[in-house]
Amino acid sequence: MTLTLDILLSGLVLGGMYALIALGLTLQYGIARIINLSYGEFLIAAAFGALFLYTGMAVNPILGMIVVVPAAFVSNWLLYQVVLMPLVRRAKNQGMLEVDSILGTFGVLFVIQGVMLVTFGGSLQSYSYLSVPVYILGTTLALNRILALVFALIIGGVLYLFLTRTRYGTALRAVAVNPAAAQLTGIDIRAASALAFATGGAIVGAGGVLISMFLTFSAAMGVVFTMKALIVVIMGGIGNMLGALIAGVLLGISETAVARLVDPGLTIAVTYALFLGVLLWRPTGLFGRPAR
Amino acid sequence: MSKRSLAALALAAAAMGALCAGAQAQDTIKIGWAISKTGPFAAGAAVTTLPNYQVWVKDVNDAGGIKVGNKKMKIEVIEYDDRSNSEEMIKAVERLATQDKVDFILPPWSTGMNLAAAPIFNKLGYPQLAVTANTNKATEFTKRWPNLTFWLGLPSEIVDGIVETFAKMNKDGKIGKKVAMVAVADQFGIEQSTAAREGLKKAGFEIVYDKSYPFGSQDLQPVLKDAQAANPDVLLAFSYPPDTFALTDTAKVIGFNPKVFFVGVGTAFPGYKGKFQANAEGVMGIGGSDAALPGIKWYIQHHKEVIGREPDRWASPITYASLQVLQQAIERVGKIDRAAVIKEINTGSFDTIIGKVKLVDGQNKNIWAVGQWQGNDFFGVAPLNKAGAKPVIAKPAWQ
Repeated sequence: MTLTLDILLSGLVLGGMYALIALGLTLQYGIARIINLSYGEFLIAAAFGALFLYTGMAVNPILGMIVVVPAAFVSNWLLYQVVLMPLVRRAKNQGMLEVDSILGTFGVLFVIQGVMLVTFGGSLQSYSYLSVPVYILGTTLALNRILALVFALIIGGVLYLFLTRTRYGTALRAVAVNPAAAQLTGIDIRAASALAFATGGAIVGAGGVLISMFLTFSAAMGVVFTMKALIVVIMGGIGNMLGALIAGVLLGISETAVARLVDPGLTIAVTYALFLGVLLWRPTGLFGRPAR
Repeated sequence: MSKRSLAALALAAAAMGALCAGAQAQDTIKIGWAISKTGPFAAGAAVTTLPNYQVWVKDVNDAGGIKVGNKKMKIEVIEYDDRSNSEEMIKAVERLATQDKVDFILPPWSTGMNLAAAPIFNKLGYPQLAVTANTNKATEFTKRWPNLTFWLGLPSEIVDGIVETFAKMNKDGKIGKKVAMVAVADQFGIEQSTAAREGLKKAGFEIVYDKSYPFGSQDLQPVLKDAQAANPDVLLAFSYPPDTFALTDTAKVIGFNPKVFFVGVGTAFPGYKGKFQANAEGVMGIGGSDAALPGIKWYIQHHKEVIGREPDRWASPITYASLQVLQQAIERVGKIDRAAVIKEINTGSFDTIIGKVKLVDGQNKNIWAVGQWQGNDFFGVAPLNKAGAKPVIAKPAWQ
């Protein structure tokens, strides 16, 4: 019983981190229709931002988000307007936009990585913040990781409510479902997509700050997070906030369970097995709607 | 591109080549390297290798250069980024030798890259001071490629040092016989843990937990919880820097307090002490240095002044020492004769910051297998009979 509880809680915290990483991408991919391969680079950039504020200016990372998150929002908005807009304009259909955006953001990845390498160097970075134990139901967890889970839940919940309960959210969903028809109802697609993309960027900024509190990172590590986020997003159903949350938590709990009950060497294998299983059973993800 | 612009380009290239040749009147010594400035290896190269190349070049040039015959030659550097890709690295090394015509080439970072580079260094006839390579086949390789030298000791020597340290602590009644071992599932982790498993069993230790985890994993709470449940005297981890940090952090959070806490690569980084502060006290790891040695004292301070941070305490001082060996070998030969320099490196005896270096079968034997954080430094504690070895202290519980 204690073991089960331990696995569930540790898995939940790990899954919270996965969900946190994936939430921004599900917005960018689900609504703005951009497969952003430079996504992880923004996460690392935010982590560097937090590190700089904390070690250089003694600003704690939670407060640091006040600076980092708007900066991430603005830079992603600019990225969309300047780099991606020409691709959106010339794309004849969604498939073409996906291919072009993959190639385009692949280039952006190297630009951001290069800038970070020149600015911060290639070495591993790490600092300690809120790395204190919290005892919940007989399980010990790290406070900084719990914080990541809490933020994932808040961000996921708020976005879900925004998308389903507000007028603007409905407009964004309309863009996601059928851009051409959305335009006919008077929705400014360009503005809506840019907003969705920038909001996704702001979320990954928050994720980067939170994750930097407990993971060691380097300028070259962004792609690891992009991969994980893609898996969670595709598993959860593209553009689905709750899907990303649930898929993240599912991955976290399965990895923890396999590590404790079978062998820690199999955690990566279980991630991909689960991914494959979901895709075979539901090709559009756990909560995705079938494509027309 | 039109034929005309192609021709123009060819002309420009030829002109540039002629200019370079003109400037190459030998009063500088050209030294090149291909190293990972981007990609997954960049983090390791940026800690251990590249800063030492930079410090050494600066030191040599500040002193007027390397004395070749009766003139002092300053170093001119040519650097390429291999993007953590062995094919890129090999291409760059070839380019350094054939197009840039450098006099010496400094090696890339990591075991894999150095082994991949060995055939080409050998074919081109350049000495290869493979400092960051660590393999049990070192003797076989140096026989095959006499220009290749190893500096970090064999993995088996590191394991011998570990077993020897634990056995002594056990004999002194400081620890019991239960060891929990975890390792990263790649060549480094598997080679070391296989050797350690054998060595520990032979020395009468009981391995109560023995698992590997995937490369790159930083979520190691499940691993440590099970290790903790086995109630070991020793945690022995063959880990890489990110996981070394994660293991320490997690052990602290879950209150896992074995009498010996031994983590892998990264323990000797100054960043380890920087992150964990007082909690680093008593933690053991691979490597170490004899901080009482005047050369090491000077080196740590000097590295900090030039680069802005302290060096790591495992391969960094050895990298710098290997460059001192190269310099002394060139000066003794008295001309740019690579075959003679290779011979001198292999047979000569050299004074360096780590003390006397005399290669045996192309391998440096002046190494620390086990180090321990004691106060502000990561001191070498094993081999136990090595001069300057500090006695092991008891590790306090996490704060």
